[in-house]
Amino acid sequence: MGEVLVITSGKGGVGKTTTTANIGSSLAMLGKKVVVIDADIGLRNLDVVLGLENRIVYDIVDVVEGVCRLKQALIRDKRFEGLYLLPAAQTKEKTAISPEQMQKLCNELKEMYDYVLVDCPAGIEQGFKNAIAGANKAIVVTTPEISAVRDADRIIGLLEASELRNPSLIINRIRIDMVKKGDMMNIEDMTDILAIDLLGIVPDDEYIVISTNKGEPAVKDDASMAGRAFRNIARRIIGEDVPFMELDINEGFMARLAKLFGLNK
Amino acid sequence: MLDVFKFFGKEEASSKDVAKERLKLVLVHDRTNCSENFLEMVKGDLLNVISDYMEIDESGLDIKITKTKRNDEKVMPALVANIPIKKMKNR
Repeated sequence: MGEVLVITSGKGGVGKTTTTANIGSSLAMLGKKVVVIDADIGLRNLDVVLGLENRIVYDIVDVVEGVCRLKQALIRDKRFEGLYLLPAAQTKEKTAISPEQMQKLCNELKEMYDYVLVDCPAGIEQGFKNAIAGANKAIVVTTPEISAVRDADRIIGLLEASELRNPSLIINRIRIDMVKKGDMMNIEDMTDILAIDLLGIVPDDEYIVISTNKGEPAVKDDASMAGRAFRNIARRIIGEDVPFMELDINEGFMARLAKLFGLNK
Repeated sequence: MLDVFKFFGKEEASSKDVAKERLKLVLVHDRTNCSENFLEMVKGDLLNVISDYMEIDESGLDIKITKTKRNDEKVMPALVANIPIKKMKNR
């Protein structure tokens, strides 16, 4: 039986959807059967980040309302064997689904897949409650900003109140040049404050913008630092012991040259 | 002299330290707000302990979490209780 992981953050715009898309693709690349669920009803986005927007026929609300069977709504990603998307409804309200229905859906999906990743909407209201309802584990995404860390702290409290204990942390969009100058909180600053286990560090990477433009997850590209960080996270999720990335590597001309030729680790 | 230090970025707190301090303080508040009856529980226990020694005016009791400056200029969260005493108990 599979595992249901919810990817959440409280604050919007910290990279939940990008994280979900990339971890989902990576897990599939590792040979796992994965379904990613877009739980952001009314603001559907995971489909465009994955580049699957043209293939949607049915959505999650159709499944819950019995308009279609579950399998009919699942979109198979042809680029990543084993990856499926259950899209959100775009024209419905968050209240179109109840936490109980979400739980039932997740239970059904984890019978069929190794990993069920739920992309949680921003906020702490109904959409959040729905998204976490069926989850076994939570991943909290934050960025090194005071507002994002504050919201992450609030979310951790709410997750624990909902019996989702020991969430793990992904720090997204860290800029090592700014950390070195003392103008950005470092990893330790944030793990100190939030006091949860670190699952991954993802450097700020222009390539994410490009890959999102194209609808191709960054994990496909070896040159993308962020892509590599997401692949590492996926390996940690399946239980491998992967050391945290050396972020200094993108410094200087020689290092960049080495990266270009794929010489770095 | 100070300007030279400033120039080398040694004396001035880096902006991330400012962020961390501000964040810590705001979280003290957020976290206590998360559990509504937290302060009430502290209040109740304080009353129990203190009333062994003195008679206090319960209606005038005020307890809150604020910040305070320590001797080394560091700002820390602090629990401040204002407890009006009616009279001391003879022990």
